[in-house]
Formats: sequence, C-alpha cells, structure tokens
Amino acid sequence: MTTHTVLKVESLAFERNDAVLFQPVDFELKAGEALQILGVNGSGKTTLFQLLTAILPSSSGQISYREQPLSDCRYEYLSDVLFIGHQSGVKAALSVEENLRWMSPNNTSSAKISAALEAVGLSEYAQIHCANLSAGQKRRVALARLITSQAKLWLLDEPLTSLDKQGVELIERCMNQHLAQGGAILFSSHQDLAQVTTRNYKLEPLVEVA
Amino acid sequence: MNFNLQWTWFHRLGSPRWFYQKTQCWLPWLVVATLALLVTGLVWGLAIAPPDAKQGNSFRIIYLHVPASVVALAGYYIMAISGAVGLIWRIKLSFMLMRSAAPIGAALTFIALVTGAIWGKPTWGAYWVWDARITSMLILLFLYFGVIALRHTYSNNEAADKAGAVLSLVGMVNVPIIYKSVDWWQTLHQPATIKFTGAPSMHPDMFAPLVVMIIGFYSFYSLALILFARAEILRREYRASWVKQLVSHQPAEK
Amino acid sequence: MANNLSGGFKAYLYRDLLIALRDRGDLSKPLMFFLLVAVMVPLAIAPEASKLSAIAPGLIWILALLATLLSVERLFSEDYADGSLEQLLISPNMLMMPILGKITAHWLVIGLPLTLLSPVIAIWFSLPISAMVPMMLSLALGTAVLSLIGAVGAALTLPRQGGVLLALLVMPLYMPVLIFGSATIQAAVDGLNWLAPLAMLAALLAVAIVLCPLAISAGLRIAKNG
Repeated sequence: MTTHTVLKVESLAFERNDAVLFQPVDFELKAGEALQILGVNGSGKTTLFQLLTAILPSSSGQISYREQPLSDCRYEYLSDVLFIGHQSGVKAALSVEENLRWMSPNNTSSAKISAALEAVGLSEYAQIHCANLSAGQKRRVALARLITSQAKLWLLDEPLTSLDKQGVELIERCMNQHLAQGGAILFSSHQDLAQVTTRNYKLEPLVEVA
Repeated sequence: MNFNLQWTWFHRLGSPRWFYQKTQCWLPWLVVATLALLVTGLVWGLAIAPPDAKQGNSFRIIYLHVPASVVALAGYYIMAISGAVGLIWRIKLSFMLMRSAAPIGAALTFIALVTGAIWGKPTWGAYWVWDARITSMLILLFLYFGVIALRHTYSNNEAADKAGAVLSLVGMVNVPIIYKSVDWWQTLHQPATIKFTGAPSMHPDMFAPLVVMIIGFYSFYSLALILFARAEILRREYRASWVKQLVSHQPAEK
Repeated sequence: MANNLSGGFKAYLYRDLLIALRDRGDLSKPLMFFLLVAVMVPLAIAPEASKLSAIAPGLIWILALLATLLSVERLFSEDYADGSLEQLLISPNMLMMPILGKITAHWLVIGLPLTLLSPVIAIWFSLPISAMVPMMLSLALGTAVLSLIGAVGAALTLPRQGGVLLALLVMPLYMPVLIFGSATIQAAVDGLNWLAPLAMLAALLAVAIVLCPLAISAGLRIAKNG
C-alpha cells in the first residue's frame, strides 16, 4: 500500500520576542501514520501546533499539504484538519450534546452524536450544561469530536491530559481506527501510547551560544 | 533583475542595523538644521514680527501652538503608516518607528493643548474653551495614550507591534471622522465665532516665521523619532552581535 | 465538509444568543447600570424638570454609552478562555461572518434592550414626547456602532482584560457616535431636522460594519499570538 505524504514541514522556524524559538523543524507525515512530537516543556510544541494550524505565520520555512504549499491550499487544508489544543473549546453554558453537535460536521445525524457520547461514556450527561462537568469530562466532550469528525488530518496537542486509564484506552482505539482508514495524526504527549504505533520527532530548543 | 534590485533596496531599508549606521552620519546635520530653523523661527516670530491688531503680543504663542498641532496630527499619520508598512511587509524597523512615534506625538499634542490654553487666557478670558480644534486635539491625545498603553497588554514584542499597528490604523480612519464631527458639533452651538487658526488670513509678515517654525518642528520631530528609534533598535536587537560589539566598545562612563 | 465550527453569521448569532439567554444575570447588569446611574443624576444635579430636560439628550446618550462599554468586554473573553476562539481562528472560512454574528447577538442582548428601556429614562428626565422616536432610533443605530467599535477594543485587549484599558482605547472612537446621537435627540427637542444627524449615525454604522470586522479579526489573531 503506497502511502502518500499528507503533511511536509521543511526548515520551519519561528521568532518570538526577537529570538528564534526552536531549531529548524523538518518532518514528513504520511497517510496512516501517527507522529508524536517530543520535547521538554517550553520547547515550543504548542507553538508548532499553532504554526501548523496557520494561527501563527512562520518566520521562515515551508509547510506543504499534499505536495502544495499551505498558502495555496489554505481552505482545503483547514477543512481537512481537526485540531484539539490544550483548552477543550467547550462552552460552559451549553449542554454536552449541544457542544458536540456544534463541533461536529453539519450533517451529523443524532444517532451518530448519541453513539459518540456513548463511546466516551457521557451518555447520561447529554443534557447537562458543561459548566457542571469536571475537567476530565469536558476533555471527553472535546474528544468525542474524534468520533464524529470526518477530518483526515488530526492535530492533537496533549490529548491525554485529564484523562483516566479508560479515557486513554478510548483515545487509542479512536486513533487506531482513524489510522486504519488512511487518516494521519500528529500529536504531542508526555505519555507514550502503548496501543498505537507511533514515530517520534524531537523538537530541539535553540541553545543560546554564549 | 530590476525587480530584485528594488526589493533588496527596500529590505535593506528595513534592516535595523543599516538604519542605525546610516543615521549615525545624518544625526549631526539634522541637529544643526533643527536648531537653525527653530532659533530663526522663534526669534523672528517672537521678536521681529509685528504685533497683531486685535490680540497685541499674546498672539505670538501661535509660533509654538500651531506648529505643535500640525506636527502632532501629522505624527499620528506617520505612526499609523509605519504600522501599516510593518503589518503588510512585515518589516520590524517600521514597527520600531511606530513605537517611537507614539510618545513624541503625545508630547507634541500636550504642548499644543497647553500653548492653546495659554493663548486662550488673554484672548477669550478663559484657560479652556471647548473650541473644535482644541477638543479634537484633546481626543487625539487620548488616541495616542491608547496606543502607548496597549503595548503593555502583550507579553511578546511581535504581538504588541501588530496590535499597536491595528489600533493606530483604526485611529487613523477615525481622525478625520472625529475632526469633522467635532467641527459640526461646534457649529451647532457657536454659529459664527472667531476662527483661531487664522493662518490664511494672516499678514505675510506674521505668516513667514510661522512657516519656518512648522518646518523646524517637523525637523525636530524627525530628530526625536530617529533618536527614539535608535534606542528602540538597541533594546530590541540586544542579542545581535553588532549590538554587543557596540556596547562592549563603549568606555565605561559614570 | 462544513461544520458549525466553520459556520457563518447565522450559526454564531444563534449560538451566542443561546449562551447569553442561558446566563440572564450577566445580561441584566448593564441595563441595571443604565437605570441606576440615571437615578443618580437628579439626586446629584437637581430634580427640576427644566434642568433635567435641558441636559437629557446628552445624558441619555452618555448613560447608554457607558452601559455598552461595560458589556462589550465579555464579547470575546469567554471564547478566549475556553478555547472556542482558537477553534474559530482555525476555521477555513473568513472570520467576518462569525464576528458579525457575534456582535449582532451582542446588540440584540444589550443595545436593543437599552433602546427599549430608554423611554423610561426619557420620562424621568422630562424629555418631550416628540423626541421619543428620534431618541430610540438614534439609540438603536448608535448602540450598534458602539458594539462594533467596542468589539475592536475587546479584541485588542484580550490578553489582559480589566475594563480601563478597553475604555481608554475605545472612548475617543466613540466620540462621533456620541455627538451625532445626542444631536439627534437635541434637534428633535428643538424642533429642528433630526434626520440629518440620524443619517450620519446610519453612515457611521455602514462604515463600521465594513471596517470593524477587519480590525477585530486582526486583533483576535494577534491575541492568540501573544
């Protein structure tokens, strides 16, 4: 099975406060692959995700999606990307079901929403306002998106925070299913995922030359 | 080929180091020019020009008030345009100029307001009259304060630069709207009063030193802008090797 | 593959309205402020109808302005805190429509009730009945402009919220709206043509609808940067 390159990053660099953040980043992500970004706290993992989701413009280097530079295919790229960051993006005033429906594609059926909620173990909480949920439960609402989403590229920044062992297993199952369908995952995590085969990439912070 | 050369020139213009080195040469000349213009203008305006028929000698404050107001307003546009250039072409030097322009413009606006108040006392008997011009100047001062205050909201320099640029541009669009609406508001309440900026109807003997002073203030503005920008460059580029070299070669002065 | 996250005007209008209506306490605060400060005026100045009606046009407008200013900070602060702003910024679609949707929701929840409450204040300040309709029209249009301009300030001050900086940034920009708004009411009281200043308000609204979203989306992206 030939796997084509989904995402290619070449010599990506970023400046903040007039200082370069990390060593130039180079990697390739193929379909059906999961790539784990490693790096100590403060090495710029979150910034890398912000660069990959085009929230931040890079100072130099190139990001290509399916052989095309990002600047040429921004719309297609962002339509195909699912990003879950540190914050869950869950509105406190809305119920669990309303939040999931908001974060899912327009044509998602109610059955699919219910199934997703059941998969993350939040079926009984469907009508509860998210203000009353714990951090771990809010995280699960955000992660229920993984089930309802049709996005081909997943960018997950520390998806396992606040999750218990059951939650971690659930995520691993979702990820494996996604990979089997030809999707690609780029994620960062302090924990290693036992059930998912991942490649690693280490982000090197820039060392100041004295 | 031609296009490439042009682009190199443009980007070299945006290099802080190049700016710092070039202005090193220009500064002494600029200081001389500024002093010459300001001294000539002041002496001419304060001592030599004839006294006004209605206001006597108190009108002479316009040799400070009018140039300060003109350059304060122009300064806002300079600040906003520097911000725009920085945003569009991502030139750091442009942002540094924008940051330097803010306090200078605010100071000039303040001078304009104070000199306007000083002029007001003998002319209309009050230190403050809600005239269209002065009210607009006051609003301009707050616009400047806003830009200066905004930079402290952001922890990193790039974001602070961009936010300042956006705010200056929003202000720039608003300045004519504010001026016109304050002007219109004035006509509602004081139909036909004295126009304080009687520049066109001024006698040439009074007008000429005013022109000299205006040019002198522009020169002073450029001087101040360059000095502030040079300091900003050193502060922002402190990690660069040329700055470290510069600093280490300075003899330790106490 | 559109989802609500990349949805447009209607999606965000509906969602923000839903969220606002679920939290009614937050809604009523600016309106309470509006009424409370109005009560302070005769206490501080004078209860005579003549004195109050003389300053009524401007005063009603200042109160509406302050109430809107208080409410505008909330426009993006919650989204910034819980991550929905981040998701909005990743949307492939242009930010203009979602932003306008949010601001429209804000106006429906703050500006419109202010407008509908204003006759109460008008009666308290002995404003002549002939000026009621012009007053409400000026407030309806004007508070929309105030919401738009206030949103620019809210976006630019997201990283460090805490009212005063927002007020400092936004007040100078509010001045033209204030001038034309109160002039509309004053003209109506004096029996002059009040459609002229009202037309200026409409013009300001048109300009604001086009330009403010640009500044707001720039500000939102910068906030995520910083």
